[in-house]
Amino acid sequence: MPFTLRPDQGLDVDAESTAYLRGHVDTGDRWVLNFGPQHPATHTTLRLVLELDGERIARCTPHIGYLHSGFEKLGEHLDYNQYVTIVSRMDYLSPIHNDITWHGAVERLFDIGITPRCKAVRTILNELARIQNHLLCVGAAGLDLGAFTAFLYCFNPREKIYDIMDYVFGQRFHPDGTRVGGMMQDIPDDGVFARMVRSFLHDDLEQAVRDCEILLNRNRIFIERTRGIGHLSKEDAIAWSISGPMARASGVRRDLRKDMPYLCYQDNWDGQGAEAVKFQVPVSEGGDAYARFLVRVEEIKQSIRIIDQLIDNIPKGPMDAFVDSKVVKPPKRDVYGSIEGLIQHFELIMTNRGWKAPIGEAYGWNEGPNGEQGFYIVADGSPRPWRVKTRPACFINYSVMQKLTEGHMLADIVAILGSINIVAAELDR
Amino acid sequence: MADPSKPKPNLDHPTFGLVKGSFPGKTFRATEFRGQSTLIVEPADLHAVMEFLKEGGGYNFLSDVIGIDYQNYPSPVIGRFAVVYNLVCFDRDDRFFVKVFLDPSIPTAGIEEDPALWLDSVTDLWPGAEWTEREVFDMFGIRFRNHPDLRRILTWEDYPAHPLRKDYPLRGRGEREAYKVVDRSDT
Repeated sequence: MPFTLRPDQGLDVDAESTAYLRGHVDTGDRWVLNFGPQHPATHTTLRLVLELDGERIARCTPHIGYLHSGFEKLGEHLDYNQYVTIVSRMDYLSPIHNDITWHGAVERLFDIGITPRCKAVRTILNELARIQNHLLCVGAAGLDLGAFTAFLYCFNPREKIYDIMDYVFGQRFHPDGTRVGGMMQDIPDDGVFARMVRSFLHDDLEQAVRDCEILLNRNRIFIERTRGIGHLSKEDAIAWSISGPMARASGVRRDLRKDMPYLCYQDNWDGQGAEAVKFQVPVSEGGDAYARFLVRVEEIKQSIRIIDQLIDNIPKGPMDAFVDSKVVKPPKRDVYGSIEGLIQHFELIMTNRGWKAPIGEAYGWNEGPNGEQGFYIVADGSPRPWRVKTRPACFINYSVMQKLTEGHMLADIVAILGSINIVAAELDR
Repeated sequence: MADPSKPKPNLDHPTFGLVKGSFPGKTFRATEFRGQSTLIVEPADLHAVMEFLKEGGGYNFLSDVIGIDYQNYPSPVIGRFAVVYNLVCFDRDDRFFVKVFLDPSIPTAGIEEDPALWLDSVTDLWPGAEWTEREVFDMFGIRFRNHPDLRRILTWEDYPAHPLRKDYPLRGRGEREAYKVVDRSDT
């Protein structure tokens, strides 16, 4: 891919106001380094063209698209239930939250209200996904800076989340667990599920988070490699459309779970006056890679708090919403046990039947682990969406990369990449 | 072709009146679906309206820029392509959509520059629109004036189509099979 080299221009950053550049003398002697597309610190496939002055980054040009596989084009050819298998592969660090976002958007489009039981289960899974994602991000941030132990301590409990997914959906990695108006199947046993989740939270996760904090929070090498690195001000974060922990680490008090609530983050979610789950939104004024690390660790703790409030109070009752519009798949016992269930099942599965979709457009959102994730769906009344546009949190957060890196040293690239938490599959889709 | 089952849109979002009052003599269309309000503006008015929404309307956050191709859409629309801007106001926790329709003037199978498919970039108002606008350009061939760095983003520079257009087939036009293989004997 071509790129322009502009050696006549100086550093893009303001050398006067950037403390990091104090004492730096621009030698004017530039050389170009290709970082990626394959590099251990990029984790997946992305490429940076770095224009360097010695080891100082004068300009950084990100090139993405190496993993582009036309997810949005595929979405126009799959029906509202099938596409969940594709969205699940976007942010694959925590597949289940993609499913929850997608079907949340579809249910907004179809105007389906899901059952309280489904809301509670989805909220728990959404928070487990957040923990799963943050654990990898926090661990990998340490790994990239040479702290291998922290990575292992964080990676280990993620295995337990896979076990929970395995128990609930029968699939470890990509459960593709949601369906329009409900879930793929009900939880086999509430008691076992609650026991597994509680055991994970209190026996494994809390200890892992503590270990990770002990290893990194006051680790001099880690702090010197991350503090003041990749600084993003509050104004810039808003202007650059940054969301999620990255924005909150820059002092932007935004969390869609609080500001535009849905699922159990909303008051009266069970229709009988239940209060929204209680949690705090961690915000840091630091704006650097260290602040992003701290915000993520704190969010893990808040997620534990949210799950604790729900895990013993999952409402009883049906998992799937019942609607007449024949868009919700019937429970399996009805498919095998009644003719109406069988007909409804076939109406949905056969390619030329079912799906009385509206003609209209709707946007559904979810506060994903990396920020606002959403789907803008254009429906044409047919079984398949006309257009699905993802609002990928990583893609938009990564667009500020150029601004974050310029003026830094070459070695800081990995610290910044780790703190943004780029998932190239979501970046390129 | 009014659909009787479709409820009448509820057009009482305060921003509609605010925009209408501030741009006398301009024509706007408005629509609403599932509680989400969309303002449809003429391409020439786009930048002024967006600037007004940012400065006067309080919409300080541009969440996303969305491209849509409506070729052969079953319901009547007023243009072939649309670009939708997803705006958020932090103070009121309000989400608002602005939509522009565009019609191509040349056949849409290739990647030739179409003088009719140009819009004013909003990167001067929200620098975060840089990549999202590049994606719209890459996928639909809609170009943006005053964009700082309008290159394709997900496909490569000489990819012979804008792949999310509806006249582009799902399985491509054989680009993968026809792509030039560079092996060591060539170098």
